[in-house]
Amino acid sequence: MAKDPVAVKAALEAGSEKVRAHRTRRLALRTGGGVVAFVAVIVLVNVFSHGAFLTPGNLTNVLRQITDNAILAIGQTFVIITAGIDLSVGSLIGLTGVVMALFANAMHFDGPLLVIATLLVGLAVGCAAGYINAVPVVRLGLPPFITTLAMMLMAHGLALKLAHGQPIPLNTTSFDTIGVGFFLQGVLKPLGFPGIPIAVIWMAALVTTFAIVLTRTRFGRYVFAIGGNEEAARLAGIDVKTVKTLVYVISGGCAAVAGMLLMARFQTGSPTTGVGDELHSIAAVVVGGTSLAGGRGSVVSTFFGALLIGVLNNVMNLLGIESYTQDIVLGAVILIAVIVDELRKRYLTH
Amino acid sequence: MNGIVKTFPGVKALDGVSFDVRAGEVHALVGENGAGKSTLMKTLAGAYVADAGTIEIDGKIVAIDGPRAAENLGIGMIYQEFNLVPDLRVVDNVLLGHEPVRGAFLDARAAVARVSSVLGELGIALPLERKARSLSVAEQQMTEIAKALVRKARLIVMDEPTAALTEREIDALFALIAKLTAQGVAFVYISHRLEELPKISDRITVIRDGKTVETRATVDMPQDEMIRLMVGRPLEAHFPVLPAVPADAPVALRVEGLSASGAVAIRGVSFTVRSGEIVGLAGLVGAGRTDIVRAIAGADIPDSGAIEVKGKRVRVRAPHDAIEAGIAFITEDRKAQGLVLGMSVTANTTLAHLDAYSKGPFVVRAAEEAIANEEIAELRIRTPNAEQLVRNLSGGNQQKVVLAKWLIGHADVFLFDEPTRGIDVGAKAEIYALMLSLLARGAAIVMVSSELPEVLGMSHRVLVIRDGRIQAEFARDDATPAKVIAAATGVAA
Repeated sequence: MAKDPVAVKAALEAGSEKVRAHRTRRLALRTGGGVVAFVAVIVLVNVFSHGAFLTPGNLTNVLRQITDNAILAIGQTFVIITAGIDLSVGSLIGLTGVVMALFANAMHFDGPLLVIATLLVGLAVGCAAGYINAVPVVRLGLPPFITTLAMMLMAHGLALKLAHGQPIPLNTTSFDTIGVGFFLQGVLKPLGFPGIPIAVIWMAALVTTFAIVLTRTRFGRYVFAIGGNEEAARLAGIDVKTVKTLVYVISGGCAAVAGMLLMARFQTGSPTTGVGDELHSIAAVVVGGTSLAGGRGSVVSTFFGALLIGVLNNVMNLLGIESYTQDIVLGAVILIAVIVDELRKRYLTH
Repeated sequence: MNGIVKTFPGVKALDGVSFDVRAGEVHALVGENGAGKSTLMKTLAGAYVADAGTIEIDGKIVAIDGPRAAENLGIGMIYQEFNLVPDLRVVDNVLLGHEPVRGAFLDARAAVARVSSVLGELGIALPLERKARSLSVAEQQMTEIAKALVRKARLIVMDEPTAALTEREIDALFALIAKLTAQGVAFVYISHRLEELPKISDRITVIRDGKTVETRATVDMPQDEMIRLMVGRPLEAHFPVLPAVPADAPVALRVEGLSASGAVAIRGVSFTVRSGEIVGLAGLVGAGRTDIVRAIAGADIPDSGAIEVKGKRVRVRAPHDAIEAGIAFITEDRKAQGLVLGMSVTANTTLAHLDAYSKGPFVVRAAEEAIANEEIAELRIRTPNAEQLVRNLSGGNQQKVVLAKWLIGHADVFLFDEPTRGIDVGAKAEIYALMLSLLARGAAIVMVSSELPEVLGMSHRVLVIRDGRIQAEFARDDATPAKVIAAATGVAA
């Protein structure tokens, strides 16, 4: 065959055209499809709820409602990327809440200093629990499912014991701002928004910080490497034990922050707050597309997972769906989300 | 079996193997590591399906398309790694999948009766009620044989059955095999222990590079002849010319009395490698070659012994210590130990030296990508770009990514474990060239390889490992295939 340079060039261009079209299609599938579906659902919901969904007040509400789950799910994302699981975070909300309430009530000072001191105490408890979760996992190779299940029971029991089975009301007003306060209230009120809840700011800050930690730091890279191939990571000189331990400490710390925000919102440290929330955090991580097999995932996706679940709950409330049905729908949505994600990944790898 | 062909991506594992087994015969199958014995065995077991060729049983062509089909045809497999369920009792293991039932319930009495009758016929005593976990290796093997017999196997394939047995246990095994052959059961017997074949086999087939070389009666196959057929060709010329080690080259790696208890225990291993030198570790699979390099690299923690790099004593307690000291370990199994398949070429390249591409805790993406692209160009890694997931690369290119990971660290000592396993000829040549360039820059290399031509063609010195010790050392000019195989198999040359 004669090599006509023009024909060759045309063929090459046609080829790269094809490649580009294929890439575009893939990209659309990866991002566009989700966005279109999301917008479509929201429009439908808004119509059916007679406009109650897309109001400033309701949207603010949704964001506030997802804060504690989203924060728990940040830590859970780190744990799950290393192919682990943390079942203790729900109970740790209750434990840290009780400890912080007892501490705050016992102190003789007030104001921001008390808030900071209390938060540090809560973080110490949460991180210590995370550390205890991790030690048998990294030293003896025990499954994290077991160690964190044990911690879930112990933390819950300890919370009830410390609180004598009763919620502990805060006898200070220092936590009001964190619990029920708004940011930019003056600016946003005239626009119809109630302002940005302080708790939402905490969530945004944590999501941003940990998204950066996961994607931009050595530590984050090592988390992925360990989840993808722990032995290869070890042989590359990575201190696998320390990284894994830190991951559980982060998860415990996230539970403490969530515990603080819930305590502040209800002005009470309750030993039963957060019970069962570990499963919601896992749902948020999984709906966000993080693989339970490890090695893959993102904090931002997890946030959207939590948001999706939150929106769903909110919408069902607006539509007046009773709570039994809500659970059924929620479970089905989680299952469908995971199946769709798996099918999408299979398509993308072929 | 006739003209069996099995191709894997990039490798032709079997290329027209033919042999036959007669009823009541023990047919030995011998060949170097990687000659295709295991693949052949798995084809017979239905674990792989052959791409071409036919298998006949009693003159009829059969299709073995799965383990169940093999079992139904009366083929029993006893792998080197036993397939017992550790927490089930012996009797349950023997009958696994064939449990006698009464109605919906397991019939425990019939189960014991059935197993006892099979064992009784052969005069074997096994503790039926004990869990498989608690059995000795020999007892586990007997359990496997009983398992095959309960399934009415007429052909039993055994892979290295004596590798882990004592002399007495071997005698018992051979007696049992004799008893079974008298009943018409045929055996395919795969072994590296050439010296035991005259005792046990009727005929021997030698395979090499996935092809049948020759089948002869055992009496007509003296050991040196067998070795000659196994090695076959003269050393191929595709190895580059190794530059001589400079006379004044310093010792880069010194290993003194190294002992470790990894998968295979190694004891009292001592050797040195000079800067600019390649020392090859030869030996059979399971001889402890990999365990030696693993202990040096900190992948297993040594029990005792000393390691020196460039005259400096190194305390290796973890892979990190070895890397710090300038030791790079290119592992045997790139997928399981070398790479994070779900990460990009860039991330894999920098994984072991990420601090050099970071500012504080943050990874500097631009620096990382620059070094990755540099390595892609230098090693000619065929990938659309540096962000491609390693999973999507071919075997040879994956291996180059593993090399890139260690090359960017400028180590003084490189430990290569099976550096060219499962990659095509072109990529092999590139990897050899790369080893030469490492020598030129003053590195010392230890290379473990199961391919005899590779060890002989790419080493200045060859250490032969057997039973976790250095059995023999040959200078390059002195290392002949026959001598190395003799030392590796324990046959007096």
